[in-house]
Amino acid sequence: MKIKAIVTLKEGVLDPQGKAIQQTLSSMSFSEVKKVRQGKYFDIEVNIEDEKKAKAKVEEMCEKLLANLVIEDYKIL
Amino acid sequence: MKSSVIIFPGSNCDRDMDVALKKFGFKNQMVWHNEPEIPKSDLIVLPGGFSYGDYLRCGSIAGKSKIINSLIDFVKSGRLVLGICNGFQILTETGLLPGVLQRNKNLEFICKNVFIKINNNSNSFFNNIKKNVLKLHIAHNEGNYFCSNDELKTIEDNNQIAITYCNSEGLSNEENNPNGAIKNIAGVLNKEKNVLGMMPHPERMIDKYLSGDDGSIFFENILGNFK
Amino acid sequence: MVVNEKIAIEHGLKKEEFEKICNLLKRNPNITELAIFSAMWNEHCSYKSSKVHLKTLNSKSKKVIQGPGENAGVVDIGDDDAIVFKIESHNHPSFIEPYQGAATGVGGIMRDIFTMGARPIANLNSLHFGSPQHKKTKNLLRGVVQGIGGYSNCIGVPTIAGQTCFDESYNGNILVNAMTIGLVNKNKIFYSKAVGINKPVIYVGSKTGRDGIHGASMASAIFDEKIEEKKPTVQVGDPFTEKLLLEACLELMVGKSIIAIQDMGAAGLTSSSVEMASKGKLGIELNLNKVPCREENMSPYEIMLSESQERMLIILENGKEKEAKKIFDKWNLDFEIIGKTNDSKKIEIYFNNEKTVDIPIDFLSESAPQYDRKWKKTKLPQKIKFKKDEFKSLKINDCLKKILSSPNICEKRWIWEQYDHTIMGDTIQKPGGDAGVVRVHGSKKAIAASVDSSANYCYSHPLTGGKQVVCESWRNLISVGSEPIAITNCLNFGNPEKEKNMGEFVECLEGINDASKYLEFPIVSGNVSFYNETKDKGIKPTPTIGGIGLIKEYEKMITMDIKKINNHVIVLGKTDGHLDQSIFAKEILGEKKGPPPEVNLFNEKNIGQTLLKLHKNNFIESAHDVSLGGIIVAISKMCIKGNKGIKIGKLKNLMNKFEFFFGEDQARYIIEVKEENLDKVQDILNQNSVHYDKLGIIMKNYIEIENEPKLSIDELKNYNNNWIKNYMVN
Repeated sequence: MKIKAIVTLKEGVLDPQGKAIQQTLSSMSFSEVKKVRQGKYFDIEVNIEDEKKAKAKVEEMCEKLLANLVIEDYKIL
Repeated sequence: MKSSVIIFPGSNCDRDMDVALKKFGFKNQMVWHNEPEIPKSDLIVLPGGFSYGDYLRCGSIAGKSKIINSLIDFVKSGRLVLGICNGFQILTETGLLPGVLQRNKNLEFICKNVFIKINNNSNSFFNNIKKNVLKLHIAHNEGNYFCSNDELKTIEDNNQIAITYCNSEGLSNEENNPNGAIKNIAGVLNKEKNVLGMMPHPERMIDKYLSGDDGSIFFENILGNFK
Repeated sequence: MVVNEKIAIEHGLKKEEFEKICNLLKRNPNITELAIFSAMWNEHCSYKSSKVHLKTLNSKSKKVIQGPGENAGVVDIGDDDAIVFKIESHNHPSFIEPYQGAATGVGGIMRDIFTMGARPIANLNSLHFGSPQHKKTKNLLRGVVQGIGGYSNCIGVPTIAGQTCFDESYNGNILVNAMTIGLVNKNKIFYSKAVGINKPVIYVGSKTGRDGIHGASMASAIFDEKIEEKKPTVQVGDPFTEKLLLEACLELMVGKSIIAIQDMGAAGLTSSSVEMASKGKLGIELNLNKVPCREENMSPYEIMLSESQERMLIILENGKEKEAKKIFDKWNLDFEIIGKTNDSKKIEIYFNNEKTVDIPIDFLSESAPQYDRKWKKTKLPQKIKFKKDEFKSLKINDCLKKILSSPNICEKRWIWEQYDHTIMGDTIQKPGGDAGVVRVHGSKKAIAASVDSSANYCYSHPLTGGKQVVCESWRNLISVGSEPIAITNCLNFGNPEKEKNMGEFVECLEGINDASKYLEFPIVSGNVSFYNETKDKGIKPTPTIGGIGLIKEYEKMITMDIKKINNHVIVLGKTDGHLDQSIFAKEILGEKKGPPPEVNLFNEKNIGQTLLKLHKNNFIESAHDVSLGGIIVAISKMCIKGNKGIKIGKLKNLMNKFEFFFGEDQARYIIEVKEENLDKVQDILNQNSVHYDKLGIIMKNYIEIENEPKLSIDELKNYNNNWIKNYMVN
C-alpha cells in the first residue's frame, strides 16, 4: 500500500526558499500570491495491508527520519 | 574585445570572473540582472554562485530574470555565452543548454582540483588549446549532469559534449567522476557551439600561486579568437 | 503585566538580581522590561562572571586600531589596509540542531565583521565533538560541517583553515567556534557608538519572526533533560539574504551616511539598541509597530527578544534616509525607520501608542551584575614515571601508523573539501597546512590565519595550557613565514558557579595573557561561552585561539611540503622527550595523567624570530611546527605533503627513541634546508643561541629510521587520510 506524507517547515519558522519563490512569482506578475511555504513530498510504499497500521508506520518514519522535528512538521495524507 | 558579466542576487564568483577577464585583456563590465538590455559585448559570462540562494532549483529563479530575454537574442546573434557553475545551471534552466544539474552523487559539496579532457575543440572556447587535459577546480553542490538517453544521443551526435572529468592522463571513468555526472560530463555546448556551460571554475586557476594556472590557457584561447 | 520573582527566575535571573532590578527602577518591571533585563544581564551579554578577569587582558600594540569592546578587533597591516577579525561560539544551538546552529554561527560572525565596514575574506572554524564512538557524534559532525559549508559557501567567503577534535568530554556539549577575517580601508571603519540626537534609527535586513526567543539565555543555561522543550528556539539561517545584506551594507558604507551600525545578534533588537545608546551615552526611542514582522500579532516582548537572523540596526545622518532606502530596495531588503536617538539616556519603547518600556540605559549596562566568583587553583600534576622497558615491546612504525590514523591527528580532507576554500581567487594556502593564507587582493601582501586549542593540556594544568595555545598559534603563523600580529579568543568553559571550572577559566586566561604579553601578540577580540555542561558533566577547559599574521610578500610564503631530495632537515628547539599528556601516552599507552609540556616563553620568541630571520635570507625550503605527536608525526606530515621520504640519522643524544620521536616539548620547528645553505643556517642558529638537532636527509618514497623497517610514504598517506572517510561512511 502507498502512503503519502508531506513535510513542511513549522508555522513560524523562517522559510527562505518559500520567501524567494514568493518574491519571484510576484515579480512574474502573479499578483495574487500572498504567501508561499514549500516542503517535501514522500510517496512511501509499504507491505502493510491495513491502512491505519501503514499510516502509523509512516508517522513513525516521519518522527524518526523524514522530518526534523526541531523545525519541521509532517502530515500524512 | 568586450565582455559582460551578469550579476544575479546571490552570485558570488562575479568579482573573480571580472578579475580574470581583465587580467587577460577583456574590456569587461558588470551588468545587474534587471537591466533591460545587455551592453555591447562579444562575450557574456554568467558567473558562479548561489543565485537566489539556490532556492527551488539551482538557477531556476535567475532563469526568470528580466535580462534573460536579451540573453536569448544575444545567443541567436551567434556571439559567445559562457556559464560557469551556477551560470551553467541557469543556462540549462532557461533551455539554452540541454540537460539538468542534479545534486552530487555523494550529497556533499565538493571543492577540489580535477582534471578535464577537452572533447571538442572545434569551437571558440577550446579551438587552439594544445593541451588535451587541463587541471581545473570545482566547487559545487549540484554538478551531477543528467539528461535522457535520447538527449544524450542527440548531444553526442551533435558533438556537444565539451569537456569530461578524467585523470591526469585523460582517462575518463567512474573513479575520476567527482559528482556522478552521466558520461563524466563536465561541460556542454549548444548545437551552434556558441554557448558553453561548465562546472569547473577557470577563473580560480589563473596564476601559479593558486591551485594552478590552467585557467589562463582557457581565457587566452577565447581572447585569441578575437585578435 | 507586572511580574514577580517567580517569572524573573524563569527568565534565568537570580532572586537577588530581580531584587536589584526592582530597587533600581523603584518599581516592579513589566514583562517586556523584564525580558530586556534578563537578556542584558545574562552571562552572554553582560560577561558578568568574566568581566573582572577580561579587563586584565593585554590588548595593545602599535598595530592595534581597535581592541575588545566593539563588534570585532581591528589591526593595521600597512598601506591604509586594516584587518577586522573575531571568533565566536555557537555551541549550544549547534548541539540542538547541528546544521542550523553551525550555519547561523557562521552567519553571525560574518555580520560582526561586515558591520565594521570590512569585506569578509576568509573564514575559519574550530570544532570539538564527543568521542567518535558516541552515538550522536557522527550526525553532529555531518550536520555541523554541512551547516558551515551551506552558509559560507553560499555567501562566497573561502574557509581556509580549521581544526576538528574529538574527546568524550564533549559528548553532551559540542563546541562550534567560527572565525571571520575581513579587509577594510583603515580610514573607513564603522563603529557601533551612537552619536548625536534626533538621528533616525533604521532597521534593515530580514523580517522579525519568533525565532530564537531566549537564545541568549539558552546560551547561558546548563543543558538539562528538558532540552527538548527548548528546541523551538533554534533560528534558521538564510545565507542568501545575508549575502544581499552584506552587499547592501558595503554599498551604503561607500557614502557618508552611517553614524553607527550594529548587527542584531544574541538578544536581537534589545542588545543592539541598548549597546549603541550605551556607547554613545545617549537615549533611544523605538516604535515597535514599525518593526517589519514576519508573523502576525507579535508582542513587544517577542519583538525585543527575537533572534531572527540577518538583521542590522543603523543610525543614519539626518536627510540620508531616501538614499539609503534606495540601496536596500535594490537588494530587496526591508528598510524601516523605527525610532530615533535622544538625550534621555533611557530606552523608551512604544507599542500601539503606549509606552511599554522605560529604562535608564545605565541600569542595563553599567549596573548589570558583576561577579568576582570564587575559584580554585589547579596544582601541577606529578610527572608520570613511564616504565621504559615496556616500550621495548612497541614498534615505532606501528605506533606512528596508529597515531597518524587517530581521530585527532588524521587528515580532515573529508571536512574541508565540503567548504569552498578557493572562492575569491586569493587562497594561496589551503586547509591542511599550518595556517591558511589568503592574499590581500591586488597587493603583494597576504594574511595567514590559524585556530588552535589544547584542551588536554588546559585540563591538566590550565596555566600552562593557556600559554601553550597562544604559542601554538604563534608557531603556526611563523611556520608559513608570516609575522604574527594579534589574536582573538573564544573561551569555552564549564559552569562558572563551580570553583573548579571558574579556576580553569581564570588560570587559562592568565596563561593566555602571559604569553600574549611576552610575544607581543595582543588579544583584540573574543567571546566567552560558559555553562558548557550537561547533567553536571562539564567540558574540558577549551580556550580557542585564532591568530593572524602578515606576509609582506606572498611570493615568499613558506609551505610545509618537503621540496627536494638531498636537502637537510633540522629540528629547531630542544627535545627533552616530554611524554605526559602526549598523543603517544593517550593513544598507545592509555595514560591520561601527568603535566603538559612546559612552556618557555623566551625560547618560543627567540626561536620563532630566528626562524623568520632564516626565512628573510631565503634559507628555508619548507617548515612545520612540532606539536601533537612530536617530531615523527611532524616530519611524516611534511613527507606526505611533499611525496618524499627521509633518512633519519643516528640519534645524537642518549634519549629513549620513543621519547625523542613522540615527545611533545614546545618551541620546536622542523625546517628543510639546502646543502649549500647549511653552514650559514647553523651560523645564524648559533648566533641566536637556538638549540638545534640535525634530523636527516631527504630521499625518495620512504622514511628510514635506524634499526627499523622502512616505511613507505604512500602507506603512511593512507593511514593519515582514511580514518575520517571510513568513519563517516560506515
